[in-house]
Amino acid sequence: MIDILFYVLAAVAIGGAIGVVISKSPVASLLFMVVTLASLAGVFVLLEAHFLAAVQVIVYAGAIMVLFLFVIMLLNLGHDYVQDLKGGTFMVLAFAVIGVMAGFLTRQFRGAGVLDAMAAAGGQQIDASIQQYGAVGAIARPLFTTYVVPFEITGILLLVAIVGALVLAKRRVS
Amino acid sequence: MITESLILSAFLFVLGTFGVLIRRNAIIMFLCIELQLNAVNLAFVALSRLWGIEGQVFVFFVMTVAAAEAAVGLAIIISIFRHYETVNVDNFNLLKW
Repeated sequence: MIDILFYVLAAVAIGGAIGVVISKSPVASLLFMVVTLASLAGVFVLLEAHFLAAVQVIVYAGAIMVLFLFVIMLLNLGHDYVQDLKGGTFMVLAFAVIGVMAGFLTRQFRGAGVLDAMAAAGGQQIDASIQQYGAVGAIARPLFTTYVVPFEITGILLLVAIVGALVLAKRRVS
Repeated sequence: MITESLILSAFLFVLGTFGVLIRRNAIIMFLCIELQLNAVNLAFVALSRLWGIEGQVFVFFVMTVAAAEAAVGLAIIISIFRHYETVNVDNFNLLKW
Protein backbone atom coordinates (compact mmCIF):
# COMPACT_ATOMS: atom_id res chain seq x y z
CA MET A 1 0.00 0.00 0.00
CA ILE A 2 2.68 2.45 1.04
CA ASP A 3 4.79 1.37 -1.91
CA ILE A 4 1.94 2.06 -4.34
CA LEU A 5 1.42 5.48 -2.76
CA PHE A 6 5.15 6.18 -3.08
CA TYR A 7 5.19 5.26 -6.76
CA VAL A 8 2.12 7.42 -7.47
CA LEU A 9 3.70 10.40 -5.68
CA ALA A 10 7.02 9.83 -7.44
CA ALA A 11 5.30 9.72 -10.84
CA VAL A 12 3.44 12.95 -10.07
CA ALA A 13 6.67 14.59 -8.90
CA ILE A 14 8.58 13.62 -12.04
CA GLY A 15 5.66 14.64 -14.27
CA GLY A 16 5.53 18.01 -12.53
CA ALA A 17 9.28 18.46 -12.92
CA ILE A 18 9.06 17.73 -16.64
CA GLY A 19 6.22 20.26 -16.82
CA VAL A 20 8.41 22.85 -15.09
CA VAL A 21 11.17 22.35 -17.63
CA ILE A 22 9.14 22.24 -20.85
CA SER A 23 6.05 24.43 -20.37
CA LYS A 24 6.17 27.70 -22.28
CA SER A 25 4.27 29.95 -19.90
CA PRO A 26 6.12 30.90 -16.68
CA VAL A 27 2.88 30.70 -14.70
CA ALA A 28 2.24 27.14 -15.90
CA SER A 29 5.83 26.27 -14.98
CA LEU A 30 5.24 27.62 -11.51
CA LEU A 31 2.03 25.68 -11.00
CA PHE A 32 3.76 22.47 -12.13
CA MET A 33 6.44 23.26 -9.55
CA VAL A 34 3.76 23.50 -6.85
CA VAL A 35 2.53 20.03 -7.88
CA THR A 36 6.07 18.67 -7.60
CA LEU A 37 6.58 20.27 -4.18
CA ALA A 38 3.27 18.94 -2.86
CA SER A 39 4.01 15.40 -3.96
CA LEU A 40 7.51 15.65 -2.48
CA ALA A 41 5.83 16.63 0.78
CA GLY A 42 3.85 13.39 0.47
CA VAL A 43 7.11 11.47 -0.01
CA PHE A 44 8.50 13.16 3.11
CA VAL A 45 5.49 11.89 5.07
CA LEU A 46 6.14 8.37 3.80
CA LEU A 47 9.75 8.74 4.96
CA GLU A 48 8.52 9.69 8.47
CA ALA A 49 9.63 13.33 8.23
CA HIS A 50 6.29 14.84 9.20
CA PHE A 51 7.58 18.21 10.33
CA LEU A 52 9.53 18.70 7.12
CA ALA A 53 6.47 17.76 5.07
CA ALA A 54 4.51 20.51 6.81
CA VAL A 55 7.35 23.00 6.35
CA GLN A 56 7.64 21.99 2.70
CA VAL A 57 3.99 22.84 2.08
CA ILE A 58 3.96 26.02 4.17
CA VAL A 59 7.34 27.53 3.27
CA TYR A 60 8.02 26.19 -0.23
CA ALA A 61 4.63 25.69 -1.84
CA GLY A 62 3.17 28.57 0.17
CA ALA A 63 5.71 31.33 0.62
CA ILE A 64 8.47 30.87 -1.97
CA MET A 65 6.18 29.93 -4.86
CA VAL A 66 3.89 32.88 -4.09
CA LEU A 67 6.99 35.11 -4.17
CA PHE A 68 7.85 33.75 -7.62
CA LEU A 69 4.27 34.20 -8.82
CA PHE A 70 4.27 37.72 -7.43
CA VAL A 71 7.41 38.60 -9.40
CA ILE A 72 6.02 37.04 -12.61
CA MET A 73 2.81 39.02 -12.23
CA LEU A 74 4.67 42.19 -11.26
CA LEU A 75 6.91 42.05 -14.33
CA ASN A 76 3.92 41.01 -16.46
CA LEU A 77 5.71 37.94 -17.82
CA GLY A 78 2.61 35.73 -17.77
CA HIS A 79 2.03 36.29 -21.48
CA ASP A 80 5.55 35.26 -22.49
CA TYR A 81 4.59 32.31 -24.65
CA VAL A 82 7.59 32.50 -26.96
CA GLN A 83 9.58 29.31 -27.17
CA ASP A 84 12.68 30.08 -25.16
CA LEU A 85 14.55 26.81 -25.33
CA LYS A 86 18.16 27.16 -26.31
CA GLY A 87 18.95 25.37 -29.54
CA GLY A 88 21.79 23.86 -31.53
CA THR A 89 25.08 23.10 -29.88
CA PHE A 90 23.76 24.11 -26.48
CA MET A 91 21.06 21.44 -26.64
CA VAL A 92 23.69 18.81 -27.50
CA LEU A 93 25.83 20.00 -24.62
CA ALA A 94 22.87 19.83 -22.24
CA PHE A 95 22.03 16.28 -23.29
CA ALA A 96 25.69 15.31 -22.90
CA VAL A 97 25.78 16.76 -19.39
CA ILE A 98 22.60 15.01 -18.24
CA GLY A 99 23.76 11.80 -19.91
CA VAL A 100 27.00 11.84 -17.94
CA MET A 101 25.17 12.73 -14.73
CA ALA A 102 22.58 9.98 -15.24
CA GLY A 103 25.38 7.52 -15.96
CA PHE A 104 27.20 8.39 -12.73
CA LEU A 105 23.97 8.22 -10.74
CA THR A 106 22.91 4.80 -12.02
CA ARG A 107 26.43 3.52 -11.38
CA GLN A 108 26.14 4.88 -7.85
CA PHE A 109 22.77 3.27 -7.15
CA ARG A 110 23.30 -0.10 -8.80
CA GLY A 111 24.24 -1.93 -5.61
CA ALA A 112 21.88 0.09 -3.44
CA GLY A 113 19.58 -2.75 -2.31
CA VAL A 114 21.59 -3.03 0.90
CA LEU A 115 20.47 0.49 1.83
CA ASP A 116 16.97 -0.68 2.74
CA ALA A 117 18.32 -3.22 5.23
CA MET A 118 20.49 -0.52 6.79
CA ALA A 119 17.51 1.83 6.91
CA ALA A 120 15.40 -0.73 8.73
CA ALA A 121 18.03 -0.75 11.47
CA GLY A 122 18.78 2.99 11.51
CA GLY A 123 15.15 4.05 11.17
CA GLN A 124 14.24 2.58 14.53
CA GLN A 125 16.33 5.22 16.25
CA ILE A 126 14.36 8.02 14.57
CA ASP A 127 11.05 6.27 15.23
CA ALA A 128 11.91 5.97 18.92
CA SER A 129 12.87 9.65 19.01
CA ILE A 130 9.57 10.64 17.36
CA GLN A 131 7.71 8.36 19.76
CA GLN A 132 9.37 10.02 22.73
CA TYR A 133 9.45 13.73 21.78
CA GLY A 134 6.87 14.02 19.00
CA ALA A 135 7.47 14.83 15.33
CA VAL A 136 8.52 18.43 16.05
CA GLY A 137 10.49 17.66 19.21
CA ALA A 138 12.56 14.99 17.48
CA ILE A 139 13.97 17.56 15.05
CA ALA A 140 13.93 20.50 17.49
CA ARG A 141 16.13 18.70 20.01
CA PRO A 142 19.28 18.49 17.83
CA LEU A 143 18.43 21.85 16.26
CA PHE A 144 18.53 23.68 19.58
CA THR A 145 21.41 21.74 21.16
CA THR A 146 24.07 20.49 18.75
CA TYR A 147 23.22 22.82 15.88
CA VAL A 148 22.24 25.95 17.79
CA VAL A 149 25.11 28.05 16.37
CA PRO A 150 24.23 27.30 12.71
CA PHE A 151 20.61 27.98 13.64
CA GLU A 152 21.45 31.46 14.94
CA ILE A 153 23.62 32.13 11.89
CA THR A 154 20.63 31.20 9.75
CA GLY A 155 18.69 33.94 11.51
CA ILE A 156 21.41 36.45 10.60
CA LEU A 157 21.36 35.15 7.02
CA LEU A 158 17.63 35.81 6.78
CA LEU A 159 18.09 39.33 8.12
CA VAL A 160 20.85 40.00 5.58
CA ALA A 161 18.65 38.58 2.81
CA ILE A 162 15.78 40.88 3.75
CA VAL A 163 18.02 43.95 3.79
CA GLY A 164 19.75 42.90 0.57
CA ALA A 165 16.48 42.28 -1.26
CA LEU A 166 15.19 45.68 -0.16
CA VAL A 167 18.34 47.47 -1.28
CA LEU A 168 18.41 45.68 -4.65
CA ALA A 169 14.75 46.04 -5.54
CA LYS A 170 14.20 49.56 -4.28
CA ARG A 171 13.66 52.16 -6.96
CA ARG A 172 16.40 54.77 -6.70
CA VAL A 173 15.02 58.25 -6.27
CA SER A 174 17.21 60.94 -7.73
CA MET B 1 11.82 2.76 -0.21
CA ILE B 2 15.18 4.44 0.51
CA THR B 3 16.68 3.31 -2.80
CA GLU B 4 13.61 4.43 -4.72
CA SER B 5 13.71 7.82 -2.97
CA LEU B 6 17.34 8.29 -3.93
CA ILE B 7 16.56 7.39 -7.53
CA LEU B 8 13.64 9.85 -7.54
CA SER B 9 15.96 12.47 -6.09
CA ALA B 10 18.52 11.78 -8.83
CA PHE B 11 15.83 12.09 -11.50
CA LEU B 12 14.61 15.40 -10.12
CA PHE B 13 18.16 16.74 -9.86
CA VAL B 14 18.93 15.80 -13.45
CA LEU B 15 15.67 17.38 -14.64
CA GLY B 16 16.54 20.55 -12.71
CA THR B 17 20.01 20.66 -14.26
CA PHE B 18 18.49 20.13 -17.69
CA GLY B 19 16.08 23.00 -17.11
CA VAL B 20 18.85 25.35 -16.00
CA LEU B 21 20.85 24.45 -19.08
CA ILE B 22 18.18 24.74 -21.77
CA ARG B 23 15.86 27.55 -20.68
CA ARG B 24 16.51 31.21 -21.36
CA ASN B 25 13.91 32.73 -19.05
CA ALA B 26 15.77 33.77 -15.89
CA ILE B 27 12.80 33.06 -13.61
CA ILE B 28 12.37 29.52 -14.92
CA MET B 29 16.11 28.89 -14.58
CA PHE B 30 15.73 30.00 -10.99
CA LEU B 31 12.75 27.69 -10.53
CA CYS B 32 14.84 24.80 -11.84
CA ILE B 33 17.52 25.61 -9.25
CA GLU B 34 14.80 25.30 -6.60
CA LEU B 35 13.98 21.92 -8.13
CA GLN B 36 17.60 20.86 -7.66
CA LEU B 37 17.54 22.03 -4.04
CA ASN B 38 14.40 19.96 -3.48
CA ALA B 39 16.03 16.89 -5.00
CA VAL B 40 18.90 17.28 -2.55
CA ASN B 41 16.41 17.71 0.30
CA LEU B 42 14.77 14.44 -0.67
CA ALA B 43 18.15 12.69 -0.65
CA PHE B 44 18.87 14.13 2.82
CA VAL B 45 15.52 12.96 4.19
CA ALA B 46 15.92 9.49 2.67
CA LEU B 47 19.43 9.10 4.08
CA SER B 48 18.32 10.38 7.48
CA ARG B 49 16.63 6.98 7.84
CA LEU B 50 20.10 5.49 7.78
CA TRP B 51 22.24 7.90 9.74
CA GLY B 52 19.94 9.63 12.18
CA ILE B 53 17.88 12.79 12.46
CA GLU B 54 20.75 15.14 11.48
CA GLY B 55 19.73 14.78 7.83
CA GLN B 56 16.37 16.37 8.60
CA VAL B 57 18.07 19.21 10.50
CA PHE B 58 20.15 19.89 7.39
CA VAL B 59 17.02 19.94 5.23
CA PHE B 60 15.70 22.62 7.56
CA PHE B 61 18.84 24.70 6.93
CA VAL B 62 18.67 24.11 3.18
CA MET B 63 15.07 25.35 3.15
CA THR B 64 16.04 28.51 5.03
CA VAL B 65 18.92 29.22 2.68
CA ALA B 66 16.63 28.55 -0.31
CA ALA B 67 14.13 31.09 1.00
CA ALA B 68 16.86 33.71 1.47
CA GLU B 69 18.27 32.91 -1.96
CA ALA B 70 14.83 33.23 -3.58
CA ALA B 71 14.29 36.64 -2.00
CA VAL B 72 17.67 38.03 -3.10
CA GLY B 73 17.59 36.37 -6.53
CA LEU B 74 14.14 37.68 -7.36
CA ALA B 75 15.21 41.15 -6.24
CA ILE B 76 18.15 40.90 -8.64
CA ILE B 77 15.81 39.76 -11.43
CA ILE B 78 13.51 42.72 -10.74
CA SER B 79 16.37 45.20 -10.87
CA ILE B 80 17.73 43.59 -14.08
CA PHE B 81 14.25 43.77 -15.62
CA ARG B 82 14.06 47.43 -14.76
CA HIS B 83 17.29 47.98 -16.65
CA TYR B 84 16.84 45.76 -19.74
CA GLU B 85 13.02 45.35 -19.89
CA THR B 86 13.46 41.59 -20.31
CA VAL B 87 14.37 38.50 -18.30
CA ASN B 88 15.85 36.61 -21.23
CA VAL B 89 19.39 35.68 -20.15
CA ASP B 90 20.75 36.05 -23.70
CA ASN B 91 20.45 39.80 -23.24
CA PHE B 92 22.67 39.90 -20.17
CA ASN B 93 26.04 39.50 -21.82
CA LEU B 94 28.08 42.20 -20.15
CA LEU B 95 30.25 39.69 -18.27
CA LYS B 96 30.48 37.26 -21.19
CA TRP B 97 33.81 36.90 -22.99
